[in-house]
Amino acid sequence: MIYLDYSATTPVDSRVLEAMTPFFSRSFGNPSSVHRYGQAAEAAIESAREMVASVLKCRSDEVIFTSCGSESDNLAIRGAAYAVREKTGAKWILASRAEHPAITKTLQHLEQYEGFLVEWLDVDEHGRVTPEMVSRAICDNTAVVSVMYANNEIGTINPIKEIAEICHANHILFHTDAVQAAAYLPLDVQALGVDMMSLGAHKFYGPKGVGALYVRKGTPLISHLTGGGQEFNLRAGTQNVPYIVGFAEALRLTSDEREERIAHVKPLRDRIIGTVLETIPDSRLTGDMESRLPHHASFAFKDVDGNLLLTLLDAAGFACSSGSACKTGNPEPSEVMNAIGLAREWGLGSLRVTLGKDTLPEHIESFLQALPALVEKARTLGK
Amino acid sequence: MTKVVVAMSGGVDSSVAAALLKEQGYDVIGMMLRLWSEPGKEDSNRCCTPDSMGQARRVAAKLDIPFYVVDAKDVFHNTVVQYFLDGYARGETPNPCLICNRQIRWTFLLDHALALGADFMATGHYVRIRRAESTVQLLRAVDRNKDQAYVLHVLNQDKLRHALFPVGDHPKPEIRQIAEKYGLPTASRKDSQDLCFLAGEDYRSFLQRNAAEMLRPGQIVSRDGRSLGEHTGLANYTIGQRKGLGVASPIPLYVLGKNATTNTLVVGTQEELGSRELIARDVNWVGGEAPMEPFRAEVKIRYTAKEASALVTPLEDSRVQVQFDEPQRDITAGQAAVFFKDDLMLGGGIII
Repeated sequence: MIYLDYSATTPVDSRVLEAMTPFFSRSFGNPSSVHRYGQAAEAAIESAREMVASVLKCRSDEVIFTSCGSESDNLAIRGAAYAVREKTGAKWILASRAEHPAITKTLQHLEQYEGFLVEWLDVDEHGRVTPEMVSRAICDNTAVVSVMYANNEIGTINPIKEIAEICHANHILFHTDAVQAAAYLPLDVQALGVDMMSLGAHKFYGPKGVGALYVRKGTPLISHLTGGGQEFNLRAGTQNVPYIVGFAEALRLTSDEREERIAHVKPLRDRIIGTVLETIPDSRLTGDMESRLPHHASFAFKDVDGNLLLTLLDAAGFACSSGSACKTGNPEPSEVMNAIGLAREWGLGSLRVTLGKDTLPEHIESFLQALPALVEKARTLGK
Repeated sequence: MTKVVVAMSGGVDSSVAAALLKEQGYDVIGMMLRLWSEPGKEDSNRCCTPDSMGQARRVAAKLDIPFYVVDAKDVFHNTVVQYFLDGYARGETPNPCLICNRQIRWTFLLDHALALGADFMATGHYVRIRRAESTVQLLRAVDRNKDQAYVLHVLNQDKLRHALFPVGDHPKPEIRQIAEKYGLPTASRKDSQDLCFLAGEDYRSFLQRNAAEMLRPGQIVSRDGRSLGEHTGLANYTIGQRKGLGVASPIPLYVLGKNATTNTLVVGTQEELGSRELIARDVNWVGGEAPMEPFRAEVKIRYTAKEASALVTPLEDSRVQVQFDEPQRDITAGQAAVFFKDDLMLGGGIII
């Protein structure tokens, strides 16, 4: 099997696993405890926090550990929406139509049950939100704006810095979901100018089940997981010490090795895009060519059932992903495919190929050898 | 390694089929079809509820085989459900499982299996295959009580060449033991004749919702044409039905037949119910060649009917005449008449 789905998740780096191991059974204390077991655990998470802060170029008390990227998104959006409404009465939330469900479903929930109002920002044909779109959409009553750093399905990178500037000029909080971006893009929150930023470790060779939220000092935020006073009273629950240690180590390695990782995946990715568009009829790239995650290739094939294509690929030994993928055989084009204006006959046939550290040139060659015939098979079977 | 796709349902039979093939050294892939359900009733479709899908997925994980779900909603609706509705519109009692086996399982899914590089496709049906020199024979299951050859009379040599039916060689209790040995689910889906897309409800309410226009009231008549009352729509009645006719009569009356052209329901006495003869259309000969001469066979006229001895005479246009030694009750247009010679499945066609 050849794994080409690094945007779904990545294997834990052996160095990360090694860093985590002592904190399961040996140094197992509760960070909140007074005794030395507790002190050792607390020291571990605080040094993890500092490590993360040094990558994000922020203060360590601006880093909140959570259980995943989705939880970080929830804390940011719900926390800020409640807090701002309480302060100013503002109840509009702005987000793009191409956001991850962790954002879109949360907003629908806030609208349905909590009395907030959502303004959905259209995206351009590449799935991008422009600063002008944000500028046109915000108003006095906007509580928070959320635009993802890079899109999971189509890899498009948004102009986060410019959008953050517009939000700040209007005194509006800005959150970005950087879960997909973190493996390859700079995460300097000062340069980006964001108020909140969500991360999840398993996208950059850390473990699943741990995430973080950067919260700029002074950002009003109301906790939504209440209990003990952990994580600066923003996220109750005994900290998951080994996973937090793993998160930090994975992020440090990602930051240290960013350039070489990009240099490894980008030429392979470019070879995929070039060859696929050249050899497969009725194919197109989804997302932007230039402003794109370096490990990310995504396509739409006309009149192909994306789910069936994934099945054929898997049986042929290639693990990929699709925007319309559905394990229950109930395919629908994803919201992202709809948002970028793809017609249904294209939107159902999406394919995402994402590369990583262990991807080899020969993997890509055999993938490119196999794909055209499999797309053709899927087309024939679908007729 | 020889590759085989197993059509899995999450139930004991297809799970054991997969286990047996794996044990025999095949490279096994599990597949499940996502069939059509009425909007809002997806959870009650007998063949592919989220529950049974989850079950099949767990079985696949246990056996360490890949598992895929294939979307067959449109093709299922356009062939099987449509066939069901058309049959009732013609005044027949259609058996959509036959079409499903031919068009969905053994065409649509088989095509997918072959596209995945499989050499064979297997199901959990209780039948057997014997590979003779130039033909592949379809035989009844070792366990006659479980035998499902009736619904597979639609297969031809092209399909059978790719077919494996591993559970047909075993009595059902043995299948349960094998399931236990592998730690597989042992629950059988109730072997009912309910159609998967009826969501556990009566077919009449399905017709009411999906083809209400065909339920036109009309006359109930005797064989000699006397009007006896009014029916609520031909599709609401089955051949042999006694209760619920709403006709006042000193002796019990039974549904003898339906005339779709005149929209009349023909009723009569128990003595009139039996018949020694039927004609079947669209006959499929499993061996490939239609016989030239009349031959004796055991004939089954419903999935649950007991086989009866008869003389089968081939006619023109893929039809046959079946003459039973004894009169048969409830010969129903739309159901299949299926011919056996001992264990060997010869073929079958749709009763007209």
